[in-house]
Amino acid sequence: MTQLDEILKQAEQHIREAQDLKSLDQYRVLYLGKKGQLTDYLKNLGQLPPEERPLAGQQVNTIKQKVQGLIEQRETVLQAAQVSAQLAAETIDITLPGRRQEFGSSHPVTKTRERLAALFTEMGFGVMDGPEIEDDYHNFAALNIPDLHPARAMQDTFYFADKTVLRTHMSPVQIRAMEQSQPPLRIIAMGRVYRRDFDITHTPMFHQIEGLMIDENVSFADLKGILITFLQAFFEAKVPIRFRASYFPFTEPSAEVDMGCISCNSKGCRICKNTGWLEVLGCGMVHPNVLQMAGIDSERYTGWAFGAGIDRLTMLRYGISDLRSLFENDLRFLKQF
Amino acid sequence: MKFSESWLREWVNPKMTRENLCEKLTLSGLEIESLAPVSDVFTGVVVGQVLRVEAHPEADRLHICEVNVAASKPLTIVCGATNVKPGMKVPVALEKAVLPHQVTITASKVRNVMSYGMLCSARDLGLAEESEGLFELPSNAPLGKDVWEYLNLSDYLIEVSITPNRGDCLSLMGIAKEVSALTESPVITHKTPEIIAVIQDVLPVTLHSKEDCPRYVGRVIRDVKADASSPMWLREHLRRSGVRSISPVVDVTNYIMLELGQPMHAFDLDQLQGGITVRKANAGESLKLLDGSEKKLTQDTVVIADQAKPLAIAGIMGGVDSSVTLLTKNIFLESAFFQPASIAKMGRHYNLGSESSYRFERGVDPDLQRLAIERATQLLLDIVGGKPGPVTEVIHKDLLPQTVTIELRAARISKILGYEVPAQTVTDILQRLGFTCEKNTTGWIVTVPPRRFDIAREIDLIEEVARLYGYEKIPCHIPAATLSMTAHTENLLSSTEIRRVLCDMGYQEVITYSFVEKKFQERFFPDMKAIEVVNPMTAEMDVMRVSLWPGLVNTLLYNLNRQQTRARLFEIGLHFIQEGEKISQDTCLSGLLYGSVANEQWGLQQRPVDFFDLKGDLQNLFKLTHAAAEFSFRPSSSHALHPGQSADVYRGNERVGMFGALHPAILQALKIEGGVYVFELHLDPLLKALTPQATGLSKFPEIRRDIAILVDQAISAAALQAEVRQIAGEWLKVVEIFDVYQGKGIAPGQKSIAISLTLQHSSRTLVDEEVANVMERVINGLKGKFNAELRG
Repeated sequence: MTQLDEILKQAEQHIREAQDLKSLDQYRVLYLGKKGQLTDYLKNLGQLPPEERPLAGQQVNTIKQKVQGLIEQRETVLQAAQVSAQLAAETIDITLPGRRQEFGSSHPVTKTRERLAALFTEMGFGVMDGPEIEDDYHNFAALNIPDLHPARAMQDTFYFADKTVLRTHMSPVQIRAMEQSQPPLRIIAMGRVYRRDFDITHTPMFHQIEGLMIDENVSFADLKGILITFLQAFFEAKVPIRFRASYFPFTEPSAEVDMGCISCNSKGCRICKNTGWLEVLGCGMVHPNVLQMAGIDSERYTGWAFGAGIDRLTMLRYGISDLRSLFENDLRFLKQF
Repeated sequence: MKFSESWLREWVNPKMTRENLCEKLTLSGLEIESLAPVSDVFTGVVVGQVLRVEAHPEADRLHICEVNVAASKPLTIVCGATNVKPGMKVPVALEKAVLPHQVTITASKVRNVMSYGMLCSARDLGLAEESEGLFELPSNAPLGKDVWEYLNLSDYLIEVSITPNRGDCLSLMGIAKEVSALTESPVITHKTPEIIAVIQDVLPVTLHSKEDCPRYVGRVIRDVKADASSPMWLREHLRRSGVRSISPVVDVTNYIMLELGQPMHAFDLDQLQGGITVRKANAGESLKLLDGSEKKLTQDTVVIADQAKPLAIAGIMGGVDSSVTLLTKNIFLESAFFQPASIAKMGRHYNLGSESSYRFERGVDPDLQRLAIERATQLLLDIVGGKPGPVTEVIHKDLLPQTVTIELRAARISKILGYEVPAQTVTDILQRLGFTCEKNTTGWIVTVPPRRFDIAREIDLIEEVARLYGYEKIPCHIPAATLSMTAHTENLLSSTEIRRVLCDMGYQEVITYSFVEKKFQERFFPDMKAIEVVNPMTAEMDVMRVSLWPGLVNTLLYNLNRQQTRARLFEIGLHFIQEGEKISQDTCLSGLLYGSVANEQWGLQQRPVDFFDLKGDLQNLFKLTHAAAEFSFRPSSSHALHPGQSADVYRGNERVGMFGALHPAILQALKIEGGVYVFELHLDPLLKALTPQATGLSKFPEIRRDIAILVDQAISAAALQAEVRQIAGEWLKVVEIFDVYQGKGIAPGQKSIAISLTLQHSSRTLVDEEVANVMERVINGLKGKFNAELRG
């Protein structure tokens, strides 16, 4: 066996047994490096007689290439092994939850308010609010509810020493809108209102939306059209809707609007008290007295108005059974929205 | 208004099921609140008469009764009722009888005595929630008769909600007229003959307050048997309308009120001195009323008086002393018309209401008084006997509500309804309502009887037409409007954007009551005077909030009590602050931070929130305005906050809010452990935003230099930053505090602050020398102004 064969054999063994890229590199240096054995051998070719040199040179180069090839092969194997070892070592439990600051959410009543605003602004209605402590004129008198009117007993009012009151409905905002600008008017007013009542279906503070449209030819038929469109859009369902005659001092003709119970499909359940109907809003044509008091020509202009409980719409929409839970602010309740 | 179906059908009997009738009423404005059988079903109960009552030998409270039920022989029945007595007629549940709630009666031994049935109370039969003793039936009840049939219990109770405008429907007759108009089925007339006087006794009537009482009808009836008992039919009619039977005279007046809608009053004639006067109360007069209260009468009170004293507050309630008792022999009946406003005013003043005032306030038919007194007299003669005198009537026709004549324009109906109701239908509807109408070229001239207090002008008639025509027949229409684009300014943030950012930062929106407990609020704001609610719902809601903090802290307490240990809350709502004569009602954005900085999780080291968590969140909010530099922070002096960890927020020179740690003394009192951080901002100034304007970016490299300095701990970071900015000039792009250190290695009272400066030129690369020059000036400046020492 020649010296070259000896080197090759040893190199083959070394390369085969190299367990990592680092030791493989050491062997590369040992055989192929500047001072490597094969390099040395090549350098020493000069000591051979000139006629032997070409052959010997060729032999060394062949061996060099072979070793080079073996190293590269082994390198590929070792690189792959290193990556799989890394992957194995770095594998994590991907079912563990991610790191985060939990989002909060809007109150369900706000969600409803924003939906209502979106629906009506698309129809060209402006959104308004006003003061919650109101004067008697805007809360009552301007709405055709004079001092001794029996309708005042319909709404138990919170009042203050100076005879101002907590508004009992959103109508004062409509009055202020009418005082500020002449028709055409298209607005909705949303906000907190107050009545002295506290049980499973009443809280002393709640939210109302009121809508108002006044123009030269606004009619009861328009009112029906808009409200049916609105309710079906809000509940995203073709629910049946009925208008029944009712009374409010500030509208005439007046109507209560019932919607087929969405909880039982009008079959009758606890929520609709087995009637199949849910009372969802009150409405009517703005009373000429109200228009006149606000300085609007009631012969030329007609208008309609409606009012609905935002909390009730919220409860129906999101399946909330107790009104009071809306204002208890139990975080476990609120986080559901 | 509650009544039984059978009573209504005595007045009007449309050929339709009760369900259809009720739906029709509901749709036309008389909302049916409930429709239910008058009684739960029972069977096997007959009229029996107690023949003998013996004490049970083995039980003190039990009786052994022998009861005749018109069978071959009397039954032995053991009974525990205290009012059982021989001769009385009672409902007897026979063997196999089934009572409400599935109670089946069997013959059984009661303390060793066989009992073959049960004597029933009203409660046993499901006729009352509560009752005392056996249900005594009238002496003329036929023995052995099925009680279900005898009491006509296959009947339904109808409860109608009457809106305040329809005082005319607060009686059976009124509802019958409405039903008739709706169903075109005629009202069944009840003829009331004029009662012939058999005595000539009259009580003179003088109307001083004729504006309040323009019509007064009275009659004397002598020798009544006031202790007679009301017949079963009368008691049952009253019971089904929810009125308690009291005595025959009172029962009759109540019955007339339910049937015709005329409130009446009966006085004990022997307690009256001289004639009747309707007048204003005199100074110092007082009156003990039937409800047991004693009222000091004010001088605008209208009273019914005799020569000596007031007897009743007109139309509202009678006095005790002149009331009819079981001993009464002679009575004086009153049937009057009082003006709605007069009654409403007095009712409001005395906070007093009655079935009578409820009707007068809403309007009683001014043509009804005579009919009512005749009908009442007739019933009284039937039940308590007696000798009627002639009717006395004083009337001021000009002061009574008048028939009104209204012009109704066909075009106006169409304009309001958006639909043309056929003219013949309109005429028909008006006539069915009992109005007379004449057609003219533009529409109708309509005459409305005074009993319809709700009809005064054209719109009222249009409503009647729409109501009776049926709202469901008026088509739906979507109005066409002129297109217009609404302003969407970027210079005003919406509260929706503010909410979204807060939610994204982990805050949960809450809605708390606008009224809070005074004492609780004063813990936070001892020097602010809250606006007091005169009639609060509860003692915990007695003042208006001056800040949203009490509500937020209450919410925290509520949740802490429910094992929720972390809270990030915000609310948008008004606060109410009295400022001289005016009340400021501004919208506030407020919030509260408590507990660990993030929700509990495996991958984050937990730590409690602190001042800077909150401040950072607020700075994020301010950034929404694109004018974050306009906001600044100055130490706050709020009583509610920790003096060393609180700040007032300014936008420019306007104070727009405050935030910080709640004062430890408050936390101590409320037993809250750990820091609570709160903020309150005026919403409006926060919403003003700039439209962002882009500036070009420099292409040349940024150069960063860091310095660490030692300064007195009282020197604020803001002051240092401002000084750096001023010295470094226009090349300075960013100045950042990246470390603050006190403790080991730093002398007490000192702090180490590390500041980074990022410099950049807009049109060329800065050279080292220029940068070194800037840094030197900065360091010297800080040395000079703050006595800062550069750390090595």
